[in-house]
Amino acid sequence: MMDAGDRWRGFSDSSNPSFVDLLRREAPHLMPGASPAPTDAPREPPHGTTVLSVRYRDGVIMAGDRQATAGFQVASRRIEKIFKADELSGIGIAGAAGPATEMARLFQTELEHYEKVEGENLSLEGKANRLSQMIRMNLPAAMQGLVVVPIFAGYDEKAGVGRLFKYDITGGRYEETNYDAQGSGANYARDSLKKLWKRDMAREEALRAALEAIFDAADEDVGTGGADLVRGIFPTVKLITRSGFAEVPEDEARRVWEAILADRARNSPGA
Amino acid sequence: MPLPYYVSPEQMMKDKAEYARKGIARGRSIVTLEYADGILLVAENPSTLLHKISEIYDRIAFAGVGKYNEFENLRIAGIRHADVKGYSYSRGDVTAKALANAYSQALGNIFTQDIKPFEIEVLVAEVAESNGSKNEIYHILYDGTIEDEHNYAAMGGQADEIRRFLKDHYREGLPLGEALGLGVRALTVTQNKTLSERDLEVAVLDRTKVQRKFRRIPVEALGQLLGTAR
Repeated sequence: MMDAGDRWRGFSDSSNPSFVDLLRREAPHLMPGASPAPTDAPREPPHGTTVLSVRYRDGVIMAGDRQATAGFQVASRRIEKIFKADELSGIGIAGAAGPATEMARLFQTELEHYEKVEGENLSLEGKANRLSQMIRMNLPAAMQGLVVVPIFAGYDEKAGVGRLFKYDITGGRYEETNYDAQGSGANYARDSLKKLWKRDMAREEALRAALEAIFDAADEDVGTGGADLVRGIFPTVKLITRSGFAEVPEDEARRVWEAILADRARNSPGA
Repeated sequence: MPLPYYVSPEQMMKDKAEYARKGIARGRSIVTLEYADGILLVAENPSTLLHKISEIYDRIAFAGVGKYNEFENLRIAGIRHADVKGYSYSRGDVTAKALANAYSQALGNIFTQDIKPFEIEVLVAEVAESNGSKNEIYHILYDGTIEDEHNYAAMGGQADEIRRFLKDHYREGLPLGEALGLGVRALTVTQNKTLSERDLEVAVLDRTKVQRKFRRIPVEALGQLLGTAR
């Protein structure tokens, strides 16, 4: 901006509210996948494991475990995988933790930038498409093993419902109607949700279902962390409703988790 | 080849400044006041769609008077500056001071190099964290002159009268309703009319909010706030 003189004359692009386009122009080295991925990329960078999203009566719930793994080792016990994208949407990351966190940050800035420049929010559809384009930009790195596959969920103000989207590594975008999970424990979480999901679940019920699914993923998948009772770490759960993006307090997640634990120990010690 | 007319640099600058001042004087005014929980910005602006006040970043707001297309360009440039900086460093590293300096450079360059100067004044405000640091208000003029203001600031057509009025009536630590009432009275100090909620654009940088402190106050809430202050 210092060599500004001509920066705001002419301004053929002054109506472009995209932060990603701006970054590509002003600071291309900060773009995802900007430096060519080395052919011998580390084979086991830290990976985030299981994130999921469930639609319920008031909107969507998003949950994730807190563990990142590098090969057979725990890389982090407290990683956060569900991020607030803006007031009405969230992004859950799975895959290579570094590029995924960076992508979540870029996505947040993209939405905020649009909102400030245009004076209004992108539609939920628009946000989902924008994320899909960002995942496609990461394709070269994904081919080297640095795969990023998020879940995107939000509250659609126009339709008055929660909606969720899953992605593949090419940026393919697929809307799911009821629930979805992503990451190494995703299959178990999805199976669990298949049995637990009901139409118009209340908040408590949806919270329980989300945590049961994380519980099952952690039970079956070595990469997924459940609750760490020694350190007092519990899966994170976020709610996105008409009134915004909110975190479920850790105490509440702990209570639900302990209830699940107690029920399972009593009723089905083998499962 | 005919020789170009000689115009002395003094004369040229004077003409440009006069031209810019005239343009600005035609526009309606904006006042900014520090109040108990942050910074209040009040503009006389009957349009609900074309804003004079807007959000730049977490703790930073922007206001402009004069020609809309010119300060709108600066506003967008400011958002770009802030977002790129916040993304490449961290959100805490985006400051009003750097932004105000950049505006000052840009306006200064335009004033000296272009035939037509920008007919605008802009204001950059940054609300302090609640750790005892101070609010910052920068006022940048059409020629790049930059001033930092305390407690209150005014710009636009009747800025001098408004400033005089605020000097006599401003008190520190006003609650929001009273600060708003004062701001509205200041805006009408040179006019015989009263301003209704519909003629106003009001926003605050509210220290008590989390992360993004900027908040517009909608017309309905304005009525209530002004009612309690009366």
